[in-house]
Amino acid sequence: MSRATIVSAAGPVVRARMHGAFHVLEALAVGERGLLGEVVQLDGDLLVAQVYEDTTGLAPGMPVVGRGGPLSIRLGPGLLGRLYDGLLRPLEAEASAAWRFEAGVARGDPVCAGAVYGRVDGEPCLVPPGIGGEVIDVVPDGPQPRDRVLARVRDARGAEHGLRACHAWPVRTPRPVAERLPPEGPLITGQRVLDTLFPVARGGRAALPGGFGTGKTILQESIAKWCDADVIVYVGCGERGNEMAEVLDEFPTLEDPRTGRPLMERAIVIANTSNMPVAAREASIYTAVTVAEYFRDLGRHVALMADSTSRWAEALREVSGRLGELPGEAGYPAYLSTRLAGFYERAARVRTLGGAEGSLTIVGAVSPPAGDFSEPVTLHTRRYVRSFWALDPNRARARFYPAIDPLGSYSEDVGALAAWWQAHGDSEWERHRERLLALLERQARLERMARIVGRDALPAEQQLALLLADVAAEALLRQSAFSPVDRYCSPARQAAMLRLVIRLLDAAERAVAAGTEVRTIAGSAVLQHVRRLADEHGEDDVAGIEALAAEIETAWPSAPTGTDAATATPRLATAPTGATGHAR
Amino acid sequence: MRAELYADGAVRRLDGPLLFLERTVDAGLNTAVTVVGRDHIERLGRVAAVDESRIVVEVLESTAGLGLADTRVRLEGRPLSFGVGPGLLGRVFDSVGRPLDGGPPVAAREWRRVDGGVVNPATRALPRDFIETGVTTVDLLNSLIRGQKLPVFSGGGLPHDRLVTEIAMRARVRGDEAGRFAVVFVGIGVSHDTAQAFRRALTESGAASRTAMFLNRADDPAAQRLLTPRYALTAAEYLAFGEGRDVLVVLTDMTNYCEALREVSASHGEVPSRKGYPGYMYSDLASIYERAGRLRDRPGTLTQLPVLTMPADDIGHPIPDLTGYITEGQIVLDRELDRRGIFPPVKVLPSLSRLMPAGTGRGYTDPDHPALANQLFAAYARAVRMRVLAAVTGAEGLGAADRRFLEFGDLFETTVVAQSGPRTLEQSMAAGWEALARLPREELTRLSRAQVEAHLGARAGVHHA
Repeated sequence: MSRATIVSAAGPVVRARMHGAFHVLEALAVGERGLLGEVVQLDGDLLVAQVYEDTTGLAPGMPVVGRGGPLSIRLGPGLLGRLYDGLLRPLEAEASAAWRFEAGVARGDPVCAGAVYGRVDGEPCLVPPGIGGEVIDVVPDGPQPRDRVLARVRDARGAEHGLRACHAWPVRTPRPVAERLPPEGPLITGQRVLDTLFPVARGGRAALPGGFGTGKTILQESIAKWCDADVIVYVGCGERGNEMAEVLDEFPTLEDPRTGRPLMERAIVIANTSNMPVAAREASIYTAVTVAEYFRDLGRHVALMADSTSRWAEALREVSGRLGELPGEAGYPAYLSTRLAGFYERAARVRTLGGAEGSLTIVGAVSPPAGDFSEPVTLHTRRYVRSFWALDPNRARARFYPAIDPLGSYSEDVGALAAWWQAHGDSEWERHRERLLALLERQARLERMARIVGRDALPAEQQLALLLADVAAEALLRQSAFSPVDRYCSPARQAAMLRLVIRLLDAAERAVAAGTEVRTIAGSAVLQHVRRLADEHGEDDVAGIEALAAEIETAWPSAPTGTDAATATPRLATAPTGATGHAR
Repeated sequence: MRAELYADGAVRRLDGPLLFLERTVDAGLNTAVTVVGRDHIERLGRVAAVDESRIVVEVLESTAGLGLADTRVRLEGRPLSFGVGPGLLGRVFDSVGRPLDGGPPVAAREWRRVDGGVVNPATRALPRDFIETGVTTVDLLNSLIRGQKLPVFSGGGLPHDRLVTEIAMRARVRGDEAGRFAVVFVGIGVSHDTAQAFRRALTESGAASRTAMFLNRADDPAAQRLLTPRYALTAAEYLAFGEGRDVLVVLTDMTNYCEALREVSASHGEVPSRKGYPGYMYSDLASIYERAGRLRDRPGTLTQLPVLTMPADDIGHPIPDLTGYITEGQIVLDRELDRRGIFPPVKVLPSLSRLMPAGTGRGYTDPDHPALANQLFAAYARAVRMRVLAAVTGAEGLGAADRRFLEFGDLFETTVVAQSGPRTLEQSMAAGWEALARLPREELTRLSRAQVEAHLGARAGVHHA
């Protein structure tokens, strides 16, 4: 343990004179209270450190002690279901001092890195990466103190390693895997507009950019609640304290739709709220992704929610400024892009060292200043993610949530995921999805035209397109996070709804081609029913959605083929409702 | 714990608000300091940086009249603190908690750090229950929840002062807890007449006895402006979490605060970020706004209603932008509505209260309140869209239903947004249903069929004068 003495302090940056060897990014205990810090520069006999806690009271002459290694966190059983700060220190009281061990290996067994050698309180204990060999000793089953060595391993070179239930891992180093696998199945978020239009793969990377008030946090919380991951890591990075309170208040009371267990049991919440020290905000993202990788290494499917990566980038900027580094674009350090890439690249579907399949999906919220997507954090993030979920302030203002802009969003994983959807509910998923997107695209074009010539002047077929686009948006894309019936939408129900809406489009188009007035279609009962589809047919009533199909087929007289649509009278009484306007 | 130390004649350099001392005594970062010149005026300061040979003190008041040899510096041995105790309500204080009303200082029961501590998020409780402000666009459409921070985004010349003064006078919590309600009214960089007007309005309404006022005037030094909200929030935290009250803190005008932050940052020679504001403005504003909330283990709530004037009415300017990312929604005022004589001129569509679901609806207000608000937003959004369409083709180019929405837009602004006096939530809701009654029933998709039936059944869609 090297020592140093503080010579100056200003804000979170401390300079100290070294009396021993220190290393870049070594963790430190600073001052009399042992504040956690990290070495950022070495210069002659001086070191420069950033301190992760409130530096009030620090003065020259106080000690700095090196911890001998980089900033690390302890990973192991007992992490789930709790709230931590940005450095993975529990924010609530610690659990009991002992736990019950159950060995999974015996003396003489070979073990490799990433293998499970036993369980404590039912949770697996992992052989840390880099260690493997022959088990030479295992403690007996039964209660054991938390920090006890549970097994000893001798590696090929004859060195012995003690295994504890928890092991330390440096947060800035990605954990190793045996193999990275290509995307295969989707991460089902339970949100129709995402799963149906812009899906993210397990092991994929998604960004959620939006100005304030567009519903980033609510949407991210909804994904955290209802997505089909085994473990959720939720990191509130420079965000509101009340949002953390909300997560802690809600999660224990909600049920995982797949297991029926409280959602909190599969969640880890890491909170660095906006009023907590800024340097720890920078570290909190790495802490979160390291914890997520640990669970991936146990063969679980993990989803990491980072809210918000912009606050993280700003913390980088703030610390960089205090270190006197040369600023790049908009004051951000020149290495911003590299850091973002390093973060998002830690998402993957993998074969773990232990041989299991696991995945880590990252969903990062981005808070661009003034909602401007051309700012550096959004631009660089866009380069590294595969799903881009742009939020639209106009939709948010009309309280049309989730306010995802279907024309500004995309997913590069659609091709890889089509096979999954085709096997799970909709054999024509890809075609249906394209049909819907084309309709929404057309709506934007027609609305621009209607603004000049007036809606009434459009031909019937175009008026119908505007009407149907609105109905499809109301029925499929709008989904209230607060509706107990509709806050979660299973793949089966999503597929049924998509199929029904496509049927409605077909039937209505045939009817208008046969001479039915658009007004008649707009006023029909079945159309009103479809508008309220999501609220009236919950998870237990998917059959009710299927049943509507027959009603649609007979709602309007169908066209004998060959009827000229343009001859239908373009008199329109009712126009679309809702807020799908595109003010472009 | 109060170990006072004096440094006499140790000042080596004075540069703007910064005072460089030779390090003759030991002092840690952020220690509070009193600087006394030969004029015997006490000036507050704090230790901004320390190294082996010197201490840098930031003087939080004017440094005019200070010299090198004859300046005495007292180190207080603790960070800046405010002595709080019973008797805060009904009083008027200056920027740093000194009485302005001629009364004696408040007897300090405890000394609290003006920076506040960082609240452990695990000890926070979710804000619940609402505060009735008497303003329909707030109560009905963007409800203010106890423990929330909900700013008013205004512009120069708009009646935000009138709006928040009226809210400060009339706001109440409903039910048994009404007696525990208190207001902390904070004027930041306000002119002398505005300060007078606030005092008069609160005294005349009889609300002064439940109000503590902090007034930082436009000609007070910039560094002090940074302290005013911190002293006021320290008092508010005592009232809320020490005395168990529901406290509403009105901060007007946070733009003056941010201008002072930019000025002080520049005087420290810091590298500026967007539009010259310091890069840490987000963190700094958060250290103020995040002091709103509720705690798990004790009664009392702290709600903030900050006002800021958007420079050039630009909602993308760094001040409203950073504020919007920290606060839980915003109430936006509109110049066009103001010109049309609509008071309060609340621009409904960009306004938002993100905690509204936590404090409205069944168990808190009316079971149909959230759906009604949602439907009003959707209908008004459509009305505004129709206005854009009609601007080119005229109302004749619209279908019949669209024309009904166009009419609804005007009606909504004159009967729901505009109000001549305070309304209870029930009166606000009645105004909302009344306006919706003009619309075709089948277009009201944000309401359940049962809600349409119950509230609009008989007269739905009927035109009446």
